Amino acid sequence: MKALQPRFLIPVAAFLVLATIFGVHLSEISGGKNISDLPSALIGKPAPALDLPPVEGNGPGLKSEQIRGKVALVNIWASWCPPCRLEHPVLMRLAREGVKLYGVNYKDRPEAALAFLAELGNPFQALGADQAGRTSIDWGVYGYPETFVVDKKGIVRYRHVGPIMPRDLDAKIYPLLKKLGAENG
Amino acid sequence: MRRAVFILIGLILAAPAVAVEPNEILKDPALEARARDISRELRCLVCQNQSIDDSNADLARDLRVIVRERLSAGDTDEQVFKYVVSRYGDFVLLRPPVKSSTLVLWGAPVGLLVLGIIGLAIWYRRREPPEKEDSLTEEERARLDALLKAEDGK
Repeated sequence: MKALQPRFLIPVAAFLVLATIFGVHLSEISGGKNISDLPSALIGKPAPALDLPPVEGNGPGLKSEQIRGKVALVNIWASWCPPCRLEHPVLMRLAREGVKLYGVNYKDRPEAALAFLAELGNPFQALGADQAGRTSIDWGVYGYPETFVVDKKGIVRYRHVGPIMPRDLDAKIYPLLKKLGAENG
Repeated sequence: MRRAVFILIGLILAAPAVAVEPNEILKDPALEARARDISRELRCLVCQNQSIDDSNADLARDLRVIVRERLSAGDTDEQVFKYVVSRYGDFVLLRPPVKSSTLVLWGAPVGLLVLGIIGLAIWYRRREPPEKEDSLTEEERARLDALLKAEDGK
């Protein structure tokens, strides 16, 4: 028998490379990553301005000054959005643990939004209504809910597309909040 | 025949369905044409494989309106693209720009072509040379001649 020529190893090597790539991606997907999630264009950039009127009948609205100097979670949600409902208990848990959450209510009827919060609890320090959807577009939002983590200097550090699930807290949110909390404002 | 003509006319007149709604259309046809061109280059992030010109998603509609607002405010096409890209990133462009992060995307086809050509060249060079035509021994040649002669003589 002839000794195996090195070139016969090429397909084997190609197979191993592909198998590794597929394996890594599959494990990421089973770990909860959504392949259609997009990187935010805002990471590392100053958070876009917030200047929103209140959801009718609820507080003064939401302005950039309110999140200045804090590690803030800005959550874009709507009462008509089923994953927002799914996510809500996680937001309530974060609020109980002292995390500062700010809500942007996207294209919602005020009474529906307030009924949602009355039923499931209100985790937000402040809440603004984005009826026209312009603020959401400024933040590059394309799926609901979306959550942005803004550091003390007002820089966007993380964007989460879709509902934050309990496993995302340990995987992403808690470590990031801990790190940002230790940073100087 | 008449029916065929009607069908033909119908087919010619059938415009492709577009998502742009009448109340979005600008009065100035030149601006509207630019808006349509820009919209065809922008990805709808909700459906991800349609342009905002094709998509009737809510977000696509909002972006179409914004494109028209920016144009009406005197923005150049480039400024409009910049406005959208600064919010949604390069992915919003259906034609990705050539930069370091997209080098693999743009380079891969060329790279594969070059690899293919190199592979082909190596294969051609390594191919065993064809057997020499003149590989018969003297003895075989003599026998072959005899056989051919016998054939001719028939």
